[in-house]
Amino acid sequence: MATETLTLGKALNTGLRKALENDPKVVIMGEDVGKLGGVFRITDGLQKDFGDQRVIDTPLAESGIIGTAVGLSIRGFRPVCEIQFDGFVYPAYDQIVSQVAKMHYRSQGKVRIPMVIRIPYGGGIGAVEHHSESPEAYFAHTAGLKVVTCANPQDAYVMVQQAIASDDPVVFLEPKRRYWEKGPVDLDAPLSAAYPLHASRVVRAGTDATVLAYGPMVRTCLDAATAAAEDGRELEVIDLRSLSPLDLGPAYESVRRTGRCVVVHEAPGNLGLGSEIAARVTEECFYSLESPVLRVTGYDTPYPAARVEEEYLPDLDRVLDAVDRTFGW
Amino acid sequence: MAKGDPGVTTRGRRAAPRSKRATRTGGPELVQLLTPEGERIESAVGPDGTDYRVDFTDEEYRGLYRDLVLVRKLDAEATALQRQGELGLWASLLGQEAAQVGSGRALRTQDMAFPTYREHGVLYCRGIDPIMPLGLFRGVDQGGWDPNEFKFNMYTIVIGAQTLHATGYAMGVHMDGKTGTDDGEAVIAYFGDGATSQGDVNEAFVWASVFNAPLVFFCQNNQYAISEPLERQTRVPLYQRANGFGFPGVRVDGNDVLASYAVTRHALDNARLGQGPSLIEAYTYRMGAHTTSDDPTRYRIASEVEAWQAKDPIARMKAFLTKQQIADESFFAVVDEQARAESVHLRERVLAMPDPAPVTMFDHVYPHGSPELDAQRAQFTTYLESFEGSAH
Repeated sequence: MATETLTLGKALNTGLRKALENDPKVVIMGEDVGKLGGVFRITDGLQKDFGDQRVIDTPLAESGIIGTAVGLSIRGFRPVCEIQFDGFVYPAYDQIVSQVAKMHYRSQGKVRIPMVIRIPYGGGIGAVEHHSESPEAYFAHTAGLKVVTCANPQDAYVMVQQAIASDDPVVFLEPKRRYWEKGPVDLDAPLSAAYPLHASRVVRAGTDATVLAYGPMVRTCLDAATAAAEDGRELEVIDLRSLSPLDLGPAYESVRRTGRCVVVHEAPGNLGLGSEIAARVTEECFYSLESPVLRVTGYDTPYPAARVEEEYLPDLDRVLDAVDRTFGW
Repeated sequence: MAKGDPGVTTRGRRAAPRSKRATRTGGPELVQLLTPEGERIESAVGPDGTDYRVDFTDEEYRGLYRDLVLVRKLDAEATALQRQGELGLWASLLGQEAAQVGSGRALRTQDMAFPTYREHGVLYCRGIDPIMPLGLFRGVDQGGWDPNEFKFNMYTIVIGAQTLHATGYAMGVHMDGKTGTDDGEAVIAYFGDGATSQGDVNEAFVWASVFNAPLVFFCQNNQYAISEPLERQTRVPLYQRANGFGFPGVRVDGNDVLASYAVTRHALDNARLGQGPSLIEAYTYRMGAHTTSDDPTRYRIASEVEAWQAKDPIARMKAFLTKQQIADESFFAVVDEQARAESVHLRERVLAMPDPAPVTMFDHVYPHGSPELDAQRAQFTTYLESFEGSAH
C-alpha cells in the first residue's frame, strides 16, 4: 500500500485530504473547489467528505478569498486558498503583498498567517489568455512570503502538506501541464522525515554542465539531459523546488564542478528568477565558471496565443542550444 | 434619457440633484437620541422599524462624557506631538469622538474590532493603553500588537483591506460555533466614506452577506476622503448600499454618542445571535485635516466647518448633562484635569520611546527565520561594526 502510482493532480488531492484529516483548523477555500472539485479536480471529493465548512465554495472574488483568509488566520485557522488560474491572482495581489506578507513583520511576530495560496501556473495546455502565466517573480520578490513549486507527484503530495503545516504564508505553484503526469508516491512516509520544503534537489547527476529548473521545466530539462547523454554530454539537473527562499547551495557545489550553468524557466527572462540566480551563481562561483550563466526563458512578451506557445516556451532544443553555447565561449 | 425617467422632469429639463444641504444634514432618516442642543429624544425608529433607545444610569452618562473628553484631549496631544516633530504623522479623530466612543462602548468583551488608522477612540474604549498606536506614528514600529490579546486588530492603512479581514474573522466565529446565543461573539469593521468605493469593501459586503457573518460594518462618513467630498464616492446615501447586498443599513447621527451606542449595540447583538451582518453609516464630520500632512482649507469652506462645529458631540453631551443636572461644573473640571494628566503622561512616554536598533529591521520577517536574511543580517552587523572606533 505504501507506494502508489498517482498523477501529480491526484497526489495533490491526496495530500490535501491528509491535511484536512490531520488538522481540524485546515480549511480549503476557492472558486468551484466544492461540488465541482476545482476546475482541475484537485479538490475532488473533499467537500463531500469534510463538509462545506471545511471546503468552501467562495464568491467569485480573488481579493475576497485572500482577504477573508487573513481574517480566518487571525482567528486561528489554516486556510488553503485556491486561485483558479495564474492570471487571476492579480485582483488578490494587494491582499497578498500588503497584508499576508507583512502581517507577521508588522506585528513583531505576534500574528502568524499560516496560509497556503495554491496557484495552477504556466503554459503548455493550449489555454486562452490569462490561463498560462508564470507569476512567481512577483511573489518571490516580496519579503514575508515563501514560494515553492513541485515538479513530480511525490513532491506534490509531500510539499502541499508541508506548506499547509508551515507557519509561513506559502505561495504554492502547481505546474498545471504536469497535473496528468504519473509517478510513484509513498503515501505512508511520515511528514516529519520528509525532504525539507525549502531545499533544492539534484534530480540527475552529471559532470559537464549544471541545469537549474523548477516546476514544469524540470521534466523538460530531464529530457534534455537524456538527449545530451546520447551526445556524450552529462548534464546535472537540479530541481530548485523552493523559489523563496532559494536554496542554491547544491547549485554552487555543482557549478564549481561543472563550470557551466544554465537556468531555465517559463516566465519572461527580464528580471525573472533566472536573473537573480545567475547573479548569485556568478558571485559564488566566479572563479569556477568557464562561461557566463545563461538563461533559457519565456520571451519578454505577454503570454502569446496558444497556437504559438510551443515556440514561446523553453523546450528540449532551446535548453540544449544554451548548453552548447556554454561550451562555445 | 427616456421620457418618464425619474431623472427628467416632464418639461425635459434635468431634475436638480438632491441638494447638498439636505445630504449634508443627514436627512430625516438620521437616527438621533440627542440633538445638537443637548435635548434628549426618547427613541428613534430606524428604516427597518427598529426602535432605538438607551437606558443609561447617570454614572454611565457621565462615563460617556468622560470618554469623549479624554479621547479628544489625547488626540489633540498627539497632533501637538506631530507638530513638534515627535510623531511623523497623526490621523486625528477630531469631530468623530461620539461615533467612536458610542460604537466602542457598545462592544462586549468578547467582540472583535478591525480598525482603520483613525480609531483611537475605539481603542481607548477597549481599555487599551493609548500609547499603543503611537509607535506606528512615531516610526519606531509598525503598530505591532496582538489582535487577539486586545480584541482589536492592528491598524490597517490600505483603505478597506481590513473589512475583508473582519469578514473572514467573523466567518471563523461562525465556524467555531460562537454565534446564536446572547453571549455569542460579534465583529465590527471600521472604515470611512472613501473606502466604500474600494473593491475590497464591496467584496466584504458580498461575503458577509452570503456567509451570514456576525459582522457590523461601521462606516464613519466624515464627508471627505482626504479632499474628495462624499459626492465623488456615491449618489445614494451610503447606508442604503446595504439593501443591494441583502442586509440592513441604518444612518445614525455620528455626533450623537447615545444614538451611536444604541444602533451599534443593536447591530452587534443581532450579529451575535446569528442574524448576520448589517451596515451602520455614522454621519459625522472630520473637523480637522485628513492627517497632519493635509491642508483642508484647499478644499472646503469655513462656513461648512462652522456649521458642523455647532453639532459638536461633546458640547451637546455637556449641555444635556447640565440641563438634566446629571453633572455639574466640578465634575467637568475633574474630567478636564484627568484628561490633562493623561495627555501629559502620554507625552512623557512618547518622548521616552527609543528608536529601534537598526539590526531589528531583519526581525520577524518569517516566524522561523530565513537563511538568506540571517546572512544579510550578519553582513549588515559586520558592516556596522566596521565603523566602531572610527571618527565616523
